[in-house]
Amino acid sequence: MIYIFQQLLNALQLGSIYALIALGYTMVYGILAMINFAHGDLFMIGAFFCFLIAVYLHLSFVPTLLLSMLGVACLGVLIERLAYKPLRNAPRVSAIITALGVGLFLENFTLALSPYPQHIPELITNTTWNFGSLSISSLQIIVIVLSLVLMLVLDFIVHRTKTGIAMRAISWDKTIVPLMGVPVNKIISLTFAIGTGLGGAAGVMYGLAYPVIDPYMGIMIGWKAFICAVVGGIGNVRGAMIGGFILATVEIMVAAFFPSTYRDFVAFSLLLVLLIVRPYGILGKPQPQKV
Amino acid sequence: MDKFTTTYSQLLTRWHTLTAHRFFWPVFILAGLLFSIAAARLEILDQYVQLILIYVGINIILTVSLNLINGYMGEFSVGHAGFMAIGAYIASILTVSVFPQASVNFLFPVAILTGGIGAALIGFLVAIPSFKTRGDYLAIVTLAFGMIVKSCLENIDAVGGPRGFLGMDKLTTLPWVFFWTVLSVWVIRNLVYSKFGRGVLSIREDEIAASLMSVNTRQVKIIAFVVSSFFAGIAGGLFAHALQFINPRMFDILKSTDILIMVYLGGIASIAGSILGAIIYTILLEILRPMGVWRMVLMPLMLVLLMIYRPRGIMGLREAKMFVPLRDLILVKILRQKKKEATDASA
Repeated sequence: MIYIFQQLLNALQLGSIYALIALGYTMVYGILAMINFAHGDLFMIGAFFCFLIAVYLHLSFVPTLLLSMLGVACLGVLIERLAYKPLRNAPRVSAIITALGVGLFLENFTLALSPYPQHIPELITNTTWNFGSLSISSLQIIVIVLSLVLMLVLDFIVHRTKTGIAMRAISWDKTIVPLMGVPVNKIISLTFAIGTGLGGAAGVMYGLAYPVIDPYMGIMIGWKAFICAVVGGIGNVRGAMIGGFILATVEIMVAAFFPSTYRDFVAFSLLLVLLIVRPYGILGKPQPQKV
Repeated sequence: MDKFTTTYSQLLTRWHTLTAHRFFWPVFILAGLLFSIAAARLEILDQYVQLILIYVGINIILTVSLNLINGYMGEFSVGHAGFMAIGAYIASILTVSVFPQASVNFLFPVAILTGGIGAALIGFLVAIPSFKTRGDYLAIVTLAFGMIVKSCLENIDAVGGPRGFLGMDKLTTLPWVFFWTVLSVWVIRNLVYSKFGRGVLSIREDEIAASLMSVNTRQVKIIAFVVSSFFAGIAGGLFAHALQFINPRMFDILKSTDILIMVYLGGIASIAGSILGAIIYTILLEILRPMGVWRMVLMPLMLVLLMIYRPRGIMGLREAKMFVPLRDLILVKILRQKKKEATDASA
């Protein structure tokens, strides 16, 4: 029983990281109807920023996190301006392929600069408390609480502020809303900044929780986060959070009770079944095609 | 500049008359076959060039077959490497463990074919979710499928698990690659310009309208997926016997991304585009090899620039005349004339 609790705690930690990345996917999708496949690699860049800042600037945890988020957000906006904006009216697939290209570019550029896996130094002293056989580390608590705070802030921005209203309005209709005086380009850039910033924060936290980072780490985690976004219903912010926790729980539980090599197999099979039963995700609304 | 354009258009007309000739295709295929046999037997080309040509052929098969789903049918399949893996493993198991060692050369096409059929059966399974889901959700289904295949192969210890599978002879020779490439291009070109192909195109344009026009969308989707995965399996078998070693990681999402890039580089819904895309991508990667890891930085950058300045790829929805059947060419000509007459009359 304790063992299950322990695993649930691990799942909560992994799930909050997944959810943070999935939020980036889902926000960009909601506003541009485009899958930003470079997002997983921005997550990786976040971890590398964290490494660079911690090693060369010797900053403590909070400034490292903030600087990394800022750096990744700037990079995200830059990518949006340079690569995605010219393609806004192009066929959707070219935007997707561009995103794949940007992702490959980021991976290989990082690989060219740092060919070996890097080790992130310990930014926070990690203490572990034991309750019987249940052990909780301060790192786990920081990751979980920080992610929850970030998600709540995001939820507040999207549902309670003027900017959030503008975001939701643009995702509703892209032709009429600009006529109402909503600055579309600014809002889209802001969406990219927030989404990729969250991805960067996830990168930092992942780097702290699993300290060995390499340029290809973003691929698998990025695709899995994308799956979380889809499971929750893509374009839906709350769905992305739920999807993240579901996938992480399934993965950790499979790894806990079966050989860990079956983890991906079971996770993806479950995803297939879920998509066949609910083709639009858990919180997504089916969009009936009208003739 | 003016001179250049006139020379270009002259050359283009000559090329069109050449390709339109009755004997162009038979002569081309015969010459290609003879050349590839000579290259393999008499060592006209050295081993390295032969290997690159083999990869070009395999990539053409992969690209053309993926274009059937992503280009002509307008779906977004991201799991093509999964089908390739199935074909590669089935063919390798057959040649290494099942077939008697003495006749393995002779039975090689059977192994490749079985690999293709195995992949086609799985393709049938993947086609079923495509009835209900479309677009991004179907992309996830194919993505998940690719990862399931990889993770299954990693867990089957009989085929080496994550260590991989080896022991194949180098059975993939240039003539065989040429044969399978021509076959796949021929089959898919004929499918696309048949009644079935019109159905595929109509699904891309508007699925509901297509089914109202009595296109059996389910049947069309099944056939498209089965044919596409069949050829991916064939390419996998050839790939395994060219490299003589396979492991599950070779067929992961990066491989699928490679194939996707070749398709969209060449341009969707274009056989000539797929062939060009595969050739350019494969050969460019080889030419840039001295740059080391920086070539992998340069290639995506070029892809992004191409997408920004030419979002439809090199050929994008256009087709080289040599692949279009005569009756279509005549039809287009008549339609253009009618349109011209109509505009003339209104003017």
